[in-house]
Amino acid sequence: MKSLKTLEHKLSDPAYQLDVLNNYSEALKNQPKFKEKLEEIDLSPLKPTGIEIFQMNVGYMCNMTCKHCHVDAGPDRDEVMTKETFEQCLEALENSGVETVDLTGGAPEMNPHFRWFVEEASKLGKHIIVRSNLTILTTAPKYQALPEFFAEHGVEVTCSLPFYSKSRTDRQRGEGTYDKSVEALKKLNEIGYGKDDTDLELNLVYNPAGAFLPGDQENMEKEFKRQLDRKHGITFNNLFTITNLPISRYLNFLMESGNLEEYMDRLITSFNPAAAKGVMCRDTISIGWDGTLYDCDFNQMLEMPVADNAPQHISEWNELKLNNRQIKVNQHCFGCTAGAGSSCGGTTAE
Amino acid sequence: MSDTYYNPKDLKKFEDVGEFGPELAEKFFDYYGAVFEEGALTAREKALIALAVSHTVQCPYCIDAYTTESLEKGASEEQMMEAVHVASAIRGGSSLVHGVQMMNKTKDLSM
Ligand code: SF4
Ligand code: SF4
Repeated sequence: MKSLKTLEHKLSDPAYQLDVLNNYSEALKNQPKFKEKLEEIDLSPLKPTGIEIFQMNVGYMCNMTCKHCHVDAGPDRDEVMTKETFEQCLEALENSGVETVDLTGGAPEMNPHFRWFVEEASKLGKHIIVRSNLTILTTAPKYQALPEFFAEHGVEVTCSLPFYSKSRTDRQRGEGTYDKSVEALKKLNEIGYGKDDTDLELNLVYNPAGAFLPGDQENMEKEFKRQLDRKHGITFNNLFTITNLPISRYLNFLMESGNLEEYMDRLITSFNPAAAKGVMCRDTISIGWDGTLYDCDFNQMLEMPVADNAPQHISEWNELKLNNRQIKVNQHCFGCTAGAGSSCGGTTAE
Repeated sequence: MSDTYYNPKDLKKFEDVGEFGPELAEKFFDYYGAVFEEGALTAREKALIALAVSHTVQCPYCIDAYTTESLEKGASEEQMMEAVHVASAIRGGSSLVHGVQMMNKTKDLSM
């Protein structure tokens, strides 16, 4: 499967995506706007609560081409963070109180400077999270050795597994994904990840394989734990449930399957003020592969950089100014505030 | 009046049935909500039971709603299909078991 970008698909244009979300049909035009919903609960303009997570998108290159990918990542994408930009990130981290570095992509492991950066960031005493798609850890030998490398540096591994059944996982992420993911999880378990007696944290990310919302996180975690243990003897720490945001390839799926209006309707009618208060853009900053700063990974994909009065690039890092910016929102944000809420760390409503 | 008896859009209007009689509707929805809360059975198990029952009563609205609900509660396709087979087995079996009545009656009437 090719990325929308390679296919020169209309939806690879972020401006077109935003236009679809706002104006695609009469029904969508008439839907309440996210900004209005925030106004109703006195949360507009949306402001940060203080940056706690430094999320770096180190490139859109990936070994997979999942159907729902909001990054439109794939083997045919060549955008990757350069060493110079990584160095600028390190400099920013050194001058900041931010304790958590969250590495995402694409497949972050595919960036040639990945290992070097993890070593440098851990020297700074930062807590590092890597968002792994699991299958990468079963491909080439250089990736197969990564679990041990992660363990040595105390890296938290947060990996995607859309479902505990093979059919649904493979449908969303490609044939063979489930078996490879199970293999990688077993390996991680073997070296101590996800075990009670170690500090090596292994978290799974569940996201619905279709046009429906994720269920209750606690119950889903119980069921995932039960099923993965029963079928494969796999254990893990936490399950994070994530709602699919209507952008990029998932938006394409919604449109092609005729589910767009109903899905948006579902997100909007499930708007939860408590979830809105906890949206991740309030305590996270997202750094693009070229160093551009965004409120979140979704705004990054929609090419909506942080507000003008804040630094636009990692080389201009200024935490004070960033903490005083206004977060840019649009209709896709309803994905973060539906039901119990959704963020990279799972639900957001207390 | 719609041209067909069933319109998918009517599912969303379910909560409006109180328009012609709010007191009983309110009682019903309170009860309904309580039934589906997490209890001795998990919410997912309840969604699967509802899915099975909706096939028995052949209600397209309920099938629509509880298919989504089962997916959202984390049920797998296999579990959902098994639930439908349970409904179907009970339905088939409950017809068939009346065959005993037919056989009894036949025997009563026969020489
Ligand atoms: S969802 Fe993740 S694993 Fe799948 S293509 Fe996108 S970045 Fe790669
Ligand atoms: S999409 Fe981004 S900006 Fe919008 S609410 Fe979610 S995290 Fe915040």
